[in-house]
Amino acid sequence: MLIKQAADIRSSEITAKRLYLNRRTFLSAAALAGTAAAAGWRFAKVLSPRESVWAGNKINGIQKSPFSTNETITAYKDVTHYNNYYEFGTEKEEPAELAKNFRTRPWKVKIDGAVEKKQELDVDAIIKMAPPEERIYRHRCVEGWSIVVPWIGFSLSELIKRVNPTSKAKFVEFTTVFDMAQMPGQQRHVLDWPYVEGLRMDEAMHPLALLCFGMYGEDLPNQDGAPIRLVVPWKYGFKSGKAIVRIRFTEKQPQNTWNTMAPNEYGFYANVNPNVDHPRWSQAKERRLGEFYKRPTLMFNGYDQVASLYSGMDLRKNF
Amino acid sequence: MTRYFKPIVFLACLAPLGRLVWRGFDADLGANPIETITHGTGDWTLIFLLLTLSITPLRKLTRQYWLIHFRRMIGLFAFFYGCLHLVTYVWLDKFFDVHEMLADIAKRRFITAGMTAFALLVPLALTSTRWSIRKLGGRRWQALHRLIYFSAAAGVIHYIWLVKADKRKPLEYAAVLAALILYRIATWIGARVRVSAGRATSTAGIPEA
Repeated sequence: MLIKQAADIRSSEITAKRLYLNRRTFLSAAALAGTAAAAGWRFAKVLSPRESVWAGNKINGIQKSPFSTNETITAYKDVTHYNNYYEFGTEKEEPAELAKNFRTRPWKVKIDGAVEKKQELDVDAIIKMAPPEERIYRHRCVEGWSIVVPWIGFSLSELIKRVNPTSKAKFVEFTTVFDMAQMPGQQRHVLDWPYVEGLRMDEAMHPLALLCFGMYGEDLPNQDGAPIRLVVPWKYGFKSGKAIVRIRFTEKQPQNTWNTMAPNEYGFYANVNPNVDHPRWSQAKERRLGEFYKRPTLMFNGYDQVASLYSGMDLRKNF
Repeated sequence: MTRYFKPIVFLACLAPLGRLVWRGFDADLGANPIETITHGTGDWTLIFLLLTLSITPLRKLTRQYWLIHFRRMIGLFAFFYGCLHLVTYVWLDKFFDVHEMLADIAKRRFITAGMTAFALLVPLALTSTRWSIRKLGGRRWQALHRLIYFSAAAGVIHYIWLVKADKRKPLEYAAVLAALILYRIATWIGARVRVSAGRATSTAGIPEA
């Protein structure tokens, strides 16, 4: 028997389920209001397929990764129009619009601190350090929503190995670009700019920690952290800094931005943990974008292989 | 005059809900529709609360005294949007999980504030009829309905406590509420001054004009 398979369907084009679920949500809201009839003719529009717009360049030679989940990938439109990227605005739809003209080339990344050779690397040189892999990861925001994204990049360890940190390097600090002229959100002191995040050295060296420069088979869109970002799938999203310009190796634990802002709400570790509530909301469940019902949140966001990094640590204290 | 205006104002008050439903059918509620509905109904609850509190200053400052005829309707719309907001939480956020909701109310101060704001509106909505005013007596009814200040304050605090970092929007609501409360304080002080001034002049034997 001959079974034909679609050769190159982008996983993000599969939006039917989402539309279906949306419609159900909206029907509920409408029924509640009792005004469903008035909007009846709009129905046809919902049932027609949603258009998808892609950012740009396709990345060649992408390899598959055993770390990928086979869960349904979140719609591209949602991943590009629901962004916590305060540098471009605190509303989730703002970055898509306000990051449109953000310049991602030329782009240098400064490597300093406890390394043998301090240097500035061109982002394109970094991208060529290792073959690109597609890593389909769950991504859980501290706010209680989640997405599944086919990121493209390679393990952060590939970069770290090449820049030779010294024995003093116990932590890695990542700094996001500070450019008020291009990033309107930075004109207001919502956070302590520039945005800083950090990892312990063994966390950074874990193969799951991804240095990311693409998604959905293409270059990273500006609003998702172009040209280069971090993706640490077992931690809340805010740990994964975007538009990185500096990687510094340190002896002391870096002071991450959200922890500075509200130390009782955002820790340094920020591992996804359904048993430790955020002071203002429960972390036991999450809403996967495109789904109607909430799903239970998994310890380490389901990445149990990192558990050994934290053996003997009180994760309630080190939240 | 107001008789003809009332249906128009009524429909205008329904417009935010209509827009939400419209956007729903248009698949235009964004990546997280339930969040959009939650925030939308919450915003409009606060807006209608502040509109209700604006009627008195507005009618006195502009001498458009007929505005009073719309206050009850606008107040009830605040309650209406508050109900939608609460239903969104109970249904679409918590899926009727009573245990989870009770834990939320006890542990999360922004939920506590929100629930307080809503609870304070319930007696106001229940006593919004003419019959209630007669039954309670104007003075007692008015005293009861001062709860709206506390409800609005709790609502604004609910919003401030919810927001992670960018407090601009909730603080805008707070500023409007502060202005409306300050107006009351100013008129109250003004009235007292006038009363005591009136007494002073009458003891001087000058008849009031």
